[in-house]
Order: sequence, then structure tokens, then C-alpha cells
Amino acid sequence: MLVYGLIGWTINLSMQDRHNARDSKGFVGLDNYTKLFTDDINDRFLHSLKNLLIFTAVFMIGTLVLGMIWALLLERGARAEGIFRTVYLFPMAVSFVASGVVWRWLMNPGQDDNSGGINAIFHGFGLDFLQNPWWTDPDWGMAAMAVPAIWQLAGYVMALFLAGFRGIPDELREAAAMDGATTYQLYRRVLFPQLTPTVLSAMIITGHMSMKMFDLIMSVSGAQWITEVPAVYVWQTLLTSDYAKAAAISVFLLIVVAIVVVPYLVNVNRAEKRSS
Amino acid sequence: MTTLAPDVTRHAPPLLNKKKSRSPFSAGNIARHVLLIFFVLIVLMPLYVLIVTSFKSGREIGVNGQWTLPETWTLASWQKAWTALGPSFLRTFQLAIPVALISSFVGAANGFVLSRWRFPGADVVFTLILFGMFIPYQAVMIPLREVVQFIGLPSGIPTLTFVHVIYGIPICTLIFRNYYATTVPVELIEAGRVDGAGLLRTFRSLILPISVPGFVVTIIWQFTSSWNDYLFAIFLSNTRNGPITIALNALAGAQSPDYAASMAGALITSLPTLLVYVLLGRWFIGGLMAGAVKS
Repeated sequence: MLVYGLIGWTINLSMQDRHNARDSKGFVGLDNYTKLFTDDINDRFLHSLKNLLIFTAVFMIGTLVLGMIWALLLERGARAEGIFRTVYLFPMAVSFVASGVVWRWLMNPGQDDNSGGINAIFHGFGLDFLQNPWWTDPDWGMAAMAVPAIWQLAGYVMALFLAGFRGIPDELREAAAMDGATTYQLYRRVLFPQLTPTVLSAMIITGHMSMKMFDLIMSVSGAQWITEVPAVYVWQTLLTSDYAKAAAISVFLLIVVAIVVVPYLVNVNRAEKRSS
Repeated sequence: MTTLAPDVTRHAPPLLNKKKSRSPFSAGNIARHVLLIFFVLIVLMPLYVLIVTSFKSGREIGVNGQWTLPETWTLASWQKAWTALGPSFLRTFQLAIPVALISSFVGAANGFVLSRWRFPGADVVFTLILFGMFIPYQAVMIPLREVVQFIGLPSGIPTLTFVHVIYGIPICTLIFRNYYATTVPVELIEAGRVDGAGLLRTFRSLILPISVPGFVVTIIWQFTSSWNDYLFAIFLSNTRNGPITIALNALAGAQSPDYAASMAGALITSLPTLLVYVLLGRWFIGGLMAGAVKS
């Protein structure tokens, strides 16, 4: 409950005229919020929102696709399944700060003879057209930033999907086989529809993680304009002691998370009541 | 059962339920395994780079030759990294172990109460706790600093312990609630009541002893999340008294970072959580997997 008290405090702070280390100069209502959208230098807030959107889209689609592929490969049992599962999941145990160290190295922007990391592999295999400046690219840098995040969490999504597959009763598969369904039809018409709730949970989990993404971005690129997202912007604003503005951005993030998560939770709760 | 929290009750059956493929050498089956191994290589690629780079000497490190093995293997970077990270390494244990134990215990107590006692407004409280898992750190961190100052907690590890315990309660509560709701038979509690045990006593002598699987999951979860946290750490402590993620970032984030030392540092930083994951991961993966099944 303490946490909710603190949120109230932050909301209050976000409506104060308190832009330096001294006390608030009074209540200004929603001014701090409107200023974020209309009166921010270089439209910095809108820029960070756009970055967050790109990041979230790539991160979400990447983890879902990779997680689904892995789950499909493992779904009907494989030799040494436990080893594959452990390897795919292990990046989850590593902190973003530690993985940032190596990904900054792997996503080295140098190309051709100066290439390192992934670009060097592309160069070595004659796939030069795949080389790219990764996160230093002003347009697509944010998409590259999602690569390490996908590496870390695709395994988690795989685990969710695997559980989803194993939760489908065998009778359904047998019935489909009886009706002469091909493997493709079996997945398309019988199994995938059963996985909808799992996809939804995976999207909620990855989506809310991406809103909070801070560690990874700080350790790969540091606080740079190209890769700034609201979570990093909050931190930058705090460094200049602009408390009210930092609070306003934070509350905005919280509201976005709440808009997505609360209907989902209510839905889950209702479903639970029905089933019990 | 909710679909989000790891549910520890059903991990055994789905994991053990392997269906052997009928023909191990069919083309499809071989292709499947080739693909699986291909993905293993991709996932392990960063680990390989970390290890080889950390054993290289200064002059071997450049953008070229990132993928080659070191010509001469040296421990110099490991020594350098340990000098930079050692003190914070030990401090982080002082953070992560109490956090894991305390929040698990509080979570068990909360979860037990929520699973058995239908008090008015229980639904609202439950939804608030659920949402608690999703609240971004940013939404609380500014006032948090003032609260911590008000209580008078010294900067660094004690503060971070307090914060992570508070923040971990929602997820621990949820895990235990699901666990108790599905595994503890009502008869057990009733038998206790007949014998004259109150709520507290029931919890202590009947519930705690059978809660081990729940504790495994919450302890791993809380240990790794407090060990790996960076945002609260950088906000509420500093390199002198903070946890290892800050020290690592200081080592790796310098203007011209020593790549070999930062990679050795990244490995040192990840070792405890990886160890926990490898030793206890079997139960954890089971919990995570089963958590997604809607029953």
C-alpha cells in the first residue's frame, strides 16, 4: 500500500511548479503535462515517445516470433529438450547492464574492413548488404536497440508458449487427426486458436517491460539523443533537478501501463470467478 | 488461476510429459534438431565473445578479430575487473539474500491470508496487488528518496534492501496465493481449527512446512531481480556503497573503456544469478511454464 501512497505523491508533484532543487512555487494543474507535448525543446518528449514505440514494436514482435519458433520446434519433444530449453532461457538470468557490455561490442557500427561484432560476421560471409550502423543510426537505431532485449526475453516467451501447447488436451489433436486434418490444418485451426490467451499474456509482459526499459539503453548507448526513451528522459530530467517534469513523465508512463494492464487484469479476474 | 504469475503447483506433469517422436531419423526430425542447434549457437554467441575477450591482453583487443581466440591467454583483465568489482560483489550478496528471504516470507503470509480469508473488499485489494507488479519504478522513485530520508535509512545497501522488499511483495504474494489456492486442501486447515489453532498458528505449523516449492520460485525471482537491478541502484546509492551493477557500469561506461576488463566484469557480475539459475532453474522454468496455463 505504501507504493500507492508514493504514486499519489508523484502525481501531486507532477502538478507543482517545482523545477529546481528548491521548494514548489505552487500548484499548476496539468501545465507540466501539456508542456511535454507542446513546449518541449526540440520536441524531446515526442521524440522519446516515438523511439519507445519503435522499440516496443520490434521487441514485442521479435520475442513473439522467436519464442513461437522455439516453442514449435520443442513442442512435440526433442532429444535433450531440457538442454535446449535451458540455453534459450539462460539470458533471462543475466542483467541488462552485463549484457549491454557485450552487445555494445557486438553491435559495433564499423563496416567492411573496420567491421567488428555482427557486422564482421556478415562481412566474412559476404553478406555485406546486411551490415548496418546498428543503434547509431538516427532512424533505425531504436530498432537495433531491441535486438539485445529480444535475445534476453525470447526464451521467456518460449516458455509461455510451451506451457500453452502442453496445456492443450491431447484429445483435441486426436480428434483432428481422426477428421483427417493435415499438420498445417491442425496448427492453424485447432492449436493456434487455443493459444490466444498465452499470446495476450506474453504481449502484456513484454509490453510493460519495454515501457520501463532503462538499464539496457543506458549500458549500450548511454544517454544519447538517438536512443532516448521516456524512462531515460526521466533520469536525465532528474539530473537537472527538474522534479515536477520528471514526475509528469513518470505519471504518463504509469497511465499508459494502466490503460493496457487494468482491463486485462479485470478480465482475468472475471474469468477466474467464472471457472471457480 | 491468473495467467501471469509463475504457478508452482503444476510444474511436474507438463515437464515430464515428453512424447517421444516415433521416427528419430525422419527428415523433418533431423531438420528440427539442426534448427534447434543453430539457435543455440546464436543464443550463445554473446557468451562466447565475452569469454574470449576477457582472456585477451590489451594489444589484442580491437575491432578486428573480435571473434578469434586469444593468442596468449591472460588473467590480467580478470584481476583488474575483480579489483574494481570485488567490494560491491560482496555488498550485493548483503542486498540480494535478505531481499529474497524477507519478501518471500511476507509474500507467503500475505498469500495465505488472501487465499483463505474472504474479507470485504478482497477483490479490490487483490487487483491492486496484481497491478503492483506492473507499476514502473519511475512512478515511485522520486518520493521514495524522501521517504527513505525521512525514515533515516543510510544510503546504499540498507535503503535498497528496503525498497526491493516493498517492491517484491506483490509478485511474491501472488505466487503464494496461487500456490495455496490450488494445493492446500481445505480439510487440512479445518483439522487445524478443530485442534484449536488460530490463523497465526495454522500458518506457522501447518502451512510453512509445505511451502517449499513456492519459496524456491520467489527466492530465485527476488534474488535475481534485486541482483540485476540498476535503476533503483543508481538512484538510491553510488559506486562507493552501491551494488555491483553500478560498479560494472562505471567500469564499462568510461570514455575509453577497457573492453577486456569490462567483459570479465560482466561475467563476474552474472555468475551468481547464472549459478542460481543453473542449480535451481529446473523448478523455476517449470513454474514459469506452468504459470501461463489457464486452468
